[in-house]
Amino acid sequence: MTITSILRLVGWRLLAGVGVLWGAATLTFLVLHFTPGDPAQAIVGGENAAPTPEVIAQVTAEYGLDQPWYLQYLDHLWRIVRGDLGTSYRLHTPVTQAIGEQAAATVELALAAAVIGLALALAVAVATAKRRRWIRGLAAGSELVVASTPTFWLGIVLLTVFSFGLRLFPATGSHGLASLVLPALALALPIAGVLGHVLREALEEVLDEPFIVSARTRGLADLTVRLRHALRHALMPLVTMTGYWVGALLGGAVITETLFTRQGIGRLLISAVNAKDLPVVLGVVLLSAWIYVLVNLVVDLLYLAIDPRLRPVAGVRPVAKGVS
Amino acid sequence: MTLVKVENLRVAFGGVTAVDGVSFEIRRGECLALVGESGSGKSVTARTLVGLTGEGARVSADELTFGGQDLTRVRERGWRRIRGGRIGFVLQDALVSLDPLRKVGKEIAEVLAAHTTLSGTARTARVAELLTQVGVPEPELRAGQLPHELSGGLRQRALIATAIAGEPELVIADEPTTALDVTVQAQVLDLLAELKSKDRSLLVISHDLAVVARLADRVAVLKDGRVVEHGPTARVLSQPEHDYTKQLLRAIPAEHTKGTRLSGTGPSPAPPRRAPGEVVVRADGISKSFGGRPAVREVSFALRAGETVGIVGESGSGKTTTARIALGLTEPDAGTVEVRGQSWTGPGRRALRRDVQLVYQDTLAAFDPRYTVAKVLAEALAVAGGPRRLRRERSVELLELVGLGAQHLARRPLHLSGGQRQRVAIARALAPEPGVIVCDEPVSALDVSVQAQVLDLLEDVQRETGVAYLFISHDLGVVYHVCDRVLVMKDGRVVEEGPVETVFRAPSHPYTQELIAAIPRLTAV
Repeated sequence: MTITSILRLVGWRLLAGVGVLWGAATLTFLVLHFTPGDPAQAIVGGENAAPTPEVIAQVTAEYGLDQPWYLQYLDHLWRIVRGDLGTSYRLHTPVTQAIGEQAAATVELALAAAVIGLALALAVAVATAKRRRWIRGLAAGSELVVASTPTFWLGIVLLTVFSFGLRLFPATGSHGLASLVLPALALALPIAGVLGHVLREALEEVLDEPFIVSARTRGLADLTVRLRHALRHALMPLVTMTGYWVGALLGGAVITETLFTRQGIGRLLISAVNAKDLPVVLGVVLLSAWIYVLVNLVVDLLYLAIDPRLRPVAGVRPVAKGVS
Repeated sequence: MTLVKVENLRVAFGGVTAVDGVSFEIRRGECLALVGESGSGKSVTARTLVGLTGEGARVSADELTFGGQDLTRVRERGWRRIRGGRIGFVLQDALVSLDPLRKVGKEIAEVLAAHTTLSGTARTARVAELLTQVGVPEPELRAGQLPHELSGGLRQRALIATAIAGEPELVIADEPTTALDVTVQAQVLDLLAELKSKDRSLLVISHDLAVVARLADRVAVLKDGRVVEHGPTARVLSQPEHDYTKQLLRAIPAEHTKGTRLSGTGPSPAPPRRAPGEVVVRADGISKSFGGRPAVREVSFALRAGETVGIVGESGSGKTTTARIALGLTEPDAGTVEVRGQSWTGPGRRALRRDVQLVYQDTLAAFDPRYTVAKVLAEALAVAGGPRRLRRERSVELLELVGLGAQHLARRPLHLSGGQRQRVAIARALAPEPGVIVCDEPVSALDVSVQAQVLDLLEDVQRETGVAYLFISHDLGVVYHVCDRVLVMKDGRVVEEGPVETVFRAPSHPYTQELIAAIPRLTAV
């Protein structure tokens, strides 16, 4: 596979991503446009504010609210292209700035949770696939329990035991590694449960394949067979589920950040929703859309990295199956 | 000198006995063949020799030794030294026996890393040497390729290279040529024969007596986990003592079996066949390309009622595409196919569908696993039309025609044997009273004795109904046995055609000559 064909793939995906973002931007415009109430009123402080008519007129002119809808739409798109997501009604700062300030804490949490979740899932699945009945039963049972436990409840349990009980970790805040442990665990465990289950099922299927028997007849140790031969095949369904667990991370971050009183986009979103701060909510929506576009691109590249058979060969179209 | 000694080996999975007191020995430099059908315990026996009998297996033996070492006392660490280092193992289909995501060179180097002290660069050089030794051209290039990028023959050679990389004293080959075309099969058998030397013994597992005939010094015939006959290859094949061996030998379709029944306890001539009737399918100059690659080029043939026309050729020769075009499933780029004078592109194509039916290789994939046999047949009869109230009666008639009965109506495909499933597939194909049945490798997945029954059944059905068969097979013995005429395909073209006796006894095209010469023969012993 040539660099050009990879670049072409990336280019097409990014182009499709622009389409997705355009859809999301249009959706945000429709929401803003059709929300009941006077947008100018909302901009200056919501229902409870009592601005003078001059202020309203000034805001209307500044935001182009007296323009026909299509001009407003084009203006809306143009602002987004320039990276201007509007100004928070509540914070009176640009949305990009509001999100930017909170992003680092959430990225930290999400990455930590992703690493912990994946590592747990991998370790448990590799260790328990195709083992004795009770070992698999125990693993599957634990996975089912953590996967079906609500994040907030799991968080409360962790807080009660490790923070209030054993006093090992702080209960709140977003400073330092110690404050990251409990929220990351609360976020990671349900994901690890689901991914571990999927991975073990996939591993058990692969471990029955003839090429695994073949590898064993070469005198390889069991762990080598699992890690070197089986794992790569079993990763495919995991990659397919990337959308799921990225979604779980984003959604879980909202709950976890609130529960552990951490900074982050999740909490920003909650307070924005509570304050009907539409630009911030829509900014987060756009950001999520962009994350999904990027994640799907990475997923497509991961498929190619894991299974070379999927890579397009220059000049040859894949031949239809069943041709002989 | 004895290398392997097995005395009264028993293997059970749960309560099911797979191997029931098998004894044999392999001397140094000798090739022993274990021959038997599915479920005979041959593969389980072979895997027990490398300690990979399987989950939940209970193994016991009066003696189980390899080079004097008691294999019943070997622990996991000991097995790892034996596997690959002292016993090499070749499994059947290299496409599934080599890791599809790893380069073949890495698979071979893995053995070297486990059993030698060679450095990384020395291993790379040794991989190329090994590939050369097993007859793989351009070894450096091939070592960097993935299994699916190699042809079936090269893949099998690469797999053999993994088995001999650790310079084992014994190589076990489990159905080493089953998935291969006949000419490639001959080459791989020659390669295996070369591996045998004064320091290296061979244990070949096969369902095919003809395959082992050219390879083995001695044969052990297994049935239901027991050795029923054991002796020098020539003696077992020419003067079989046990009834089962005789039955197996008689069931192998070949030149001399034509016009006789393959199944049953004694040889019996088949009843006379019908004279061919009117033309039911006529293909005229059909061509088809996929992505610029021609699959079928200007193929023409006519198929008459009551006649069987065979298509032979290697994988990729265009056999299946030709069949799909005849079935109206693939539209040709050029040329026409007429069924009883009607074109597939004409207005009556829906009605034609009933007239051309299909029976194919994979008997399990051919059915919805949730359907009962009754439902499978009812569905086919519904498409064929006819009154609903007669469906059950007609289903039973169809089942009886294929040697089954009303008691099979409630069964599901998974609970039938492979042979029974293929009978149901034939019954289903017969439901709309077709003029033609396209048989695409209909017996390739079956054991030789079941194959014999299905081939006899196909002839009986033809005599009864006058249906014509378009018969695709890579097994030339089968084709010789069942076909009236044969088309030989290579690279999408028909290179030779004619009555089966003429083509097989006096092939005129060099490719046909090569094919015929490669057929494994029992008489070669």
